[in-house]
Amino acid sequence: MMYDLIVVGGGPAGLAAALAAKEKGLDSILIIERDSQLGGILNQCIHNGFGLHYFKEELTGPEYAGRFIKMLEGTGIKAMCDTMVLAVTQDKKIHCINPTDGYQVLEAKSIVLAMGCRERTRGAISIPGTRPAGVLTAGAAQRFVNIEGHMVGKRVVILGSGDIGLIMARRMTLEGAKVLACVELMPYSGGLQRNIVQCLNDFDIPLYLSHTITEIRGKNRVEGVTIAKVGPDRKPIEGTEIDFDCDTVLLSVGLIPENELTRNAGIDIDIRTNGVVVWENMETSVPGIFASGNVVHVHDLVDYVTGESQKAGRAAAEYVKQGMRSREHAISVNEGKDVGFIVPLKIHREAMDAEIFFRVRRIFETSAIVVKDGDKVLAHLKRAHMAPGEMERVKLSRSLLDAIEGDEITVYAEEVEE
Amino acid sequence: MKELICITCPRGCHLKVDEENGYEVTGNSCPRGKEYGYNEVTNPKRVVTSTVRTNSREYPRCPVKTNGAIPKEKMFDAMKLLDDIVLAVPIYCGEKVIENLFDTGIDFVATKDVQ
Ligand SMILES: Cc1cc2nc3c(=O)[nH]c(=O)nc-3n(C[C@H](O)[C@H](O)[C@H](O)COP(=O)(O)OP(=O)(O)OC[C@H]3O[C@@H](n4cnc5c(N)ncnc54)[C@H](O)[C@@H]3O)c2cc1C
Ligand code: SF4
Repeated sequence: MMYDLIVVGGGPAGLAAALAAKEKGLDSILIIERDSQLGGILNQCIHNGFGLHYFKEELTGPEYAGRFIKMLEGTGIKAMCDTMVLAVTQDKKIHCINPTDGYQVLEAKSIVLAMGCRERTRGAISIPGTRPAGVLTAGAAQRFVNIEGHMVGKRVVILGSGDIGLIMARRMTLEGAKVLACVELMPYSGGLQRNIVQCLNDFDIPLYLSHTITEIRGKNRVEGVTIAKVGPDRKPIEGTEIDFDCDTVLLSVGLIPENELTRNAGIDIDIRTNGVVVWENMETSVPGIFASGNVVHVHDLVDYVTGESQKAGRAAAEYVKQGMRSREHAISVNEGKDVGFIVPLKIHREAMDAEIFFRVRRIFETSAIVVKDGDKVLAHLKRAHMAPGEMERVKLSRSLLDAIEGDEITVYAEEVEE
Repeated sequence: MKELICITCPRGCHLKVDEENGYEVTGNSCPRGKEYGYNEVTNPKRVVTSTVRTNSREYPRCPVKTNGAIPKEKMFDAMKLLDDIVLAVPIYCGEKVIENLFDTGIDFVATKDVQ
């Protein structure tokens, strides 16, 4: 059987892509998910704060996912859970395996990659000391506690102040653990302000900025850690050590897109972010294969994942029904000074519009986003405040795209006078 | 004057609440920030999310939330009430798990379908 569309990954990205493709008239759509249920990472994010943009109400992760899972009913979209995708090929064959059907090769006219991201582990950041039990990523702890119902420790130190770590500081405290400290290498937190307030301050958990763990002690189980202040070179400063007795260390040191399948398929990946390189319609370097969600870039807000994934689903439908968009005279999108992680990197000339997402590399007060075609200013958008933790968004309309004479545009962030 | 960060949405506006002048709130970008600022100084409240046991072997926990904010100092008491509960499947999203917590009119509700 030849599917119109196969979606790899049943998280919010995969669900939204499948639904949007259905709406645009694709018939046979299959979602493949390795877990026993759909919903992806949202199943373990039991806290609230999802859906404020998309549903205009504050939902928990499972509620947000649940709404999309309900929308599948009656659409004829098939979901195959407990199935691991092992390989994706450029001629759009999907190799997968599950306990009931064994090994299968499925064929599709189009594919959406929506595998999400995984956490950086301790190996990626190297802390000196022993390797006892009790050191785990914050996301793994979240899964143990929220889905399986196992507490992972009683006295906890958290390394990294990303949102997952902050959320877990509150969660462990509410479940009766003592969270002794949250330790952040940088002079500012990587998490949202609201999470500092409601996850740390509410429970008097100290946040040590410009600090790092210099030693983890214990043979079989963690028995304690030492932290120290770091200088501007991010090296520990002697004499600033503080010891904690703890049985657990949670690592919350960032996420990286899950792109083994993509890389093995020979699809272009941005080596700096490990994200899939996409066009404005979420098409990858291989026509007919699209990507969306955390596999492209790590999103803070699931609402934007949904929007982006609907775009991918619609583009897959267009590809199946009308064929590929011409890649001639494409417009490249470049990063100006202090701008990083731009998505997309290329725009089809025939695009109706294009949304550009990026992060700035430092904090900006009264400032502007400027999009230039050579020396010509295409767009100039004022911003009161921009920070690396928050994704910025610029929308280029059809008429702005028409005005582009060259074959590349550049996005700048700059301070402006009030 | 109290300085706060609004936690109602990810934007995190920096609020100022003037206790001497009728709790006037400034720095908010929307009306919800005004309400948050007033409550935070007079009677701070939080939504509590957690999990409860189920009788399912595949999904041993079901996530729950308070369907409104409860007084902050009641958070741990609310958590304790969940300890002895075992929900029988099927469980439906929105189903009440504990009603009228501490006479606030607010309930713990399930946030997921568990079959
Ligand atoms: C801990 C945490 C807290 C967050 N908090 C918030 C918040 O408060 N508010 C908010 O708006 N956003 C929040 N986010 C962000 C938001 O949840 C994510 O951006 C969003 O879930 C990403 O969706 P996704 O579908 O791209 O990835 P995922 O949800 O990770 O889904 C990917 C799916 O693909 C499957 N998969 C991967 N590889 C394969 C394979 N080879 N074969 C088959 N299936 C595969 C996985 O099992 C998974 O189900 C949070 C994220 C995390 C991790
Ligand atoms: S004031 Fe409004 S916009 Fe600002 S953080 Fe609060 S809810 Fe969000």
